[in-house]
Amino acid sequence: MAVSQSRRPILFGFAALVFGVSMGGSTPSFADTTLLNVSYDPTREFYKAFNAAFAEDWKVKTGESLTVQQSHGGSGKQARAVIDGLDADVVTLALGGDIDEIAARSGKIPANWQQRLPNSSVPYSSTIIFLVRKGNPKAIHDWGDLAKPGIGVIMPNPKTSGGARWNYLAAWAWASRTYHGDDAKIRDYIKTLFGNVPVLDTGARGSTTSFAQRGLGDVLIAWENEAFLVLDEFGNDNFDLVVPPISIKAEPPVALVDGNVDRKGTRKQAEAYLQFLYSPQGQALAAKHHFRPSLPQYVDTALMAAFPKLDLVTIDGDFGGWTKAAATHFADGGTFDQLYKPGQ
Amino acid sequence: MRQSRVIPGFGLTLGLVLLMLTLIVLLPLAALALKAAGVGPRAFLVVATSPRTLAALRLSFGTAFVAALMNSGVGLLVAWVLVRYRFPGRALIDAAIDLPFALPTAVAGIALAAVYAPNGLLGHWFAAIGIKTAFNPTGITLALIFIGLPFVVRTVQPVLLEIEREAEEASALLGAGPIRTFVRVILPAILPALITGFALAFARGVGEYGSVIFIAGNIPMVSEITPLLIVIKLEEFDYGGAAVIGLVMLAISFSLLLVIHLIEATTRKAYGHG
Amino acid sequence: MVDTTSADPMRETIVWRKEDQRPSLGASAPLRAGLIVLALLSLSAVLVLPLMVVFGSVFTAGFPLVIEVLSEPDTLAALRLTLLVAAICVPVNGAVGLAAAWAVTKFDFRGKTFLMVLIDVPFSVSPVVAGLVYVLLFGAQGLMGPFLQLHGITIIFAVPGIVLATLFVTFSFVARELIPVMRSHGRQDEEAALSLGASGWTTFWRVTLPKAKWGLLYGLLLCNARAMGEFGAVSVVSGHIRGLTNTLPLQVEVLYNEYQFKASFIVASLLACLALVTLFLKSIVEHCGRMTEASFSKPHKE
Repeated sequence: MAVSQSRRPILFGFAALVFGVSMGGSTPSFADTTLLNVSYDPTREFYKAFNAAFAEDWKVKTGESLTVQQSHGGSGKQARAVIDGLDADVVTLALGGDIDEIAARSGKIPANWQQRLPNSSVPYSSTIIFLVRKGNPKAIHDWGDLAKPGIGVIMPNPKTSGGARWNYLAAWAWASRTYHGDDAKIRDYIKTLFGNVPVLDTGARGSTTSFAQRGLGDVLIAWENEAFLVLDEFGNDNFDLVVPPISIKAEPPVALVDGNVDRKGTRKQAEAYLQFLYSPQGQALAAKHHFRPSLPQYVDTALMAAFPKLDLVTIDGDFGGWTKAAATHFADGGTFDQLYKPGQ
Repeated sequence: MRQSRVIPGFGLTLGLVLLMLTLIVLLPLAALALKAAGVGPRAFLVVATSPRTLAALRLSFGTAFVAALMNSGVGLLVAWVLVRYRFPGRALIDAAIDLPFALPTAVAGIALAAVYAPNGLLGHWFAAIGIKTAFNPTGITLALIFIGLPFVVRTVQPVLLEIEREAEEASALLGAGPIRTFVRVILPAILPALITGFALAFARGVGEYGSVIFIAGNIPMVSEITPLLIVIKLEEFDYGGAAVIGLVMLAISFSLLLVIHLIEATTRKAYGHG
Repeated sequence: MVDTTSADPMRETIVWRKEDQRPSLGASAPLRAGLIVLALLSLSAVLVLPLMVVFGSVFTAGFPLVIEVLSEPDTLAALRLTLLVAAICVPVNGAVGLAAAWAVTKFDFRGKTFLMVLIDVPFSVSPVVAGLVYVLLFGAQGLMGPFLQLHGITIIFAVPGIVLATLFVTFSFVARELIPVMRSHGRQDEEAALSLGASGWTTFWRVTLPKAKWGLLYGLLLCNARAMGEFGAVSVVSGHIRGLTNTLPLQVEVLYNEYQFKASFIVASLLACLALVTLFLKSIVEHCGRMTEASFSKPHKE
């Protein structure tokens, strides 16, 4: 008798576990179609607006009501989640390299994914600019100024942040042109630049907080859209934008996750979702959220005028594409690891 | 060695514990070990003994040790004051002790950074006298003190409540000063609990991630904790490397816990407590 | 037993033996005042100030914003998920903790120290690793991934994964709190009850549990607080789907990352209050318990 009674806690425990499993198994079953967009951090506000616009458009065109769920996080972390089984219908990440990893490791995206959508699957782009304290007291105007003594530079860790990889490459591109490809000088510049970084946050928004709220450093290197957002959120009277004469064209690509949409039967909706990014409405929304639209002809010229003019190098032109850039600069033992050795 | 079983339920309870331990803890950790072993002995050694890994391990275990040590002092003091004295706000303080458990670690990190950053509430006072209290190992230690304090207070508190007052009084009557009475009478009685609290705070501090990254600074070789190094390995899609560092951490923690348990068991026996 | 209730003159007289004011160590006024001030100062620095940063923002935010934030659908979904996870993890780990304490304190067996270290291991495993191990086990590329996919079972990036990760990080709390308490009580009472013919189950309910209930309660409360507050491990296995797999701590992060600092601290305060509610319940139970206990003589000790 004692034994049969005392089994109760175990039975209860397993009942609870089973309950948990069944709960999880049944969660995605909504009445209407649900898409999951797995994205990186700075696109939160944009996709909030875009998803609502797409759902409305889809309802008008097909009569089907549709919900788009969002997941945001560091680009690499999000890519890993999809590799490890997160049921994304579409991925909209910060780096082409992250989508390449999903393609290679999970086989759920074909290797030629970049050719399937217009403009190499990049519906909007951004660039890297500076945010400084009001009045620019340290007179920071160009990449060279960042490596001057006494300048505190705030940026996230290129190892953990997609945005920071663009920062790194932009700095590298500037140095490469300024020193006419002299490798020793480029490396020296990058080394000095990172010597000026007092705090390496793990993500772009962590760096923004360090700079804007904690008062650390003199300059924040950030996505253009993030810098605009900081002005919106923290007010114009504390910070100034500084646009360097040259920077990199940061191209966050999008892709359909074939393996998932075919299993879920959502290919039609997911494809339409990505196409909608290239529609006049999608492009205008991107511009409104400070992303540079790939098809500017669709966007009001007044909106386009807000984007500062500067020379933009590209990852394909200057670095031979993401695969090569990642292997050279960001892999274990790459240039970043070689050059960034504080405390030694 | 096994005594005659007057008390029943040995098989049942031990069986349940072992089952759940296997399902929830050991099986997943075995997957970790398998992944780490998958990289091969040479790569394992390269990752495990790289200067950056060693620096991170030193930092994580060092700051956790210092924080646990400071927590033992502060925690003992707080537990003592809460148990022995009555003062306004005592109940409130007693309740607040547990909040570090309930607050999401990220919030703890953000709040600590707001207090100890160079422009923070306390940070700017320290900055004025040239002490950096955030974005360096000091910041990490502060976060770990916050995270670990409840462990010490809550393990020492119940034991303090149950201590026999008679021995204390006898000691005082025999002319021993308060310090002597504390060292000779009270400390031995609470030492096992204090060691347990230290061990728990230490163990928790070694692996802490969420609160630390907001106040650490995260500079490699200087203020980069081991869990962050694991995250960085994962960002490089290097699951094997991440598993290796995770396993090394686990092995060190496990050995330290084993030693602490043996010390605790010895002190308990030595003082005939429990 | 942990005391949290403040000075109540009635109770003070009843339980004077326990919290007695007879001259003993620390009775001298300057020493007493000094220790209290020192304790309060150190607590302010490491505990109270950071907590005030969080709670302070709730008061400056104003009532309408608090209501607006807390009635947001994503926040409510996160609240439901957090409560569900705690509702599963606390009973399961409570049962396991009781079993562990019973086995460890009532019997001697080879490898006991080893077992106790194993019980402590989840404490020392970094939350990052605690999440990672489940991904390695149940993820699409993990050991059991192909099997799970074949049978259409989702564990990672859904509720079961979150429950498992939370079970892992809260595994030790109940056992850890119970073992010292039950050890200090010894085995004589149980042996006596059994020799008088009580069944094992009755002995447990009538003899062991009443004496160990504070330890158990305390362990459950800590387990609950941590289950609700866990961030790191859950973050790895959650998938961060808004309104679906975001727990309250993850929702706090989401809001913070959207620069909604006040909203994020409001949600964090809600979490802290959930823990305080359980603490409040604990105080009530303790208070009632003391009333009954006062009719007995000094607490039994080995």
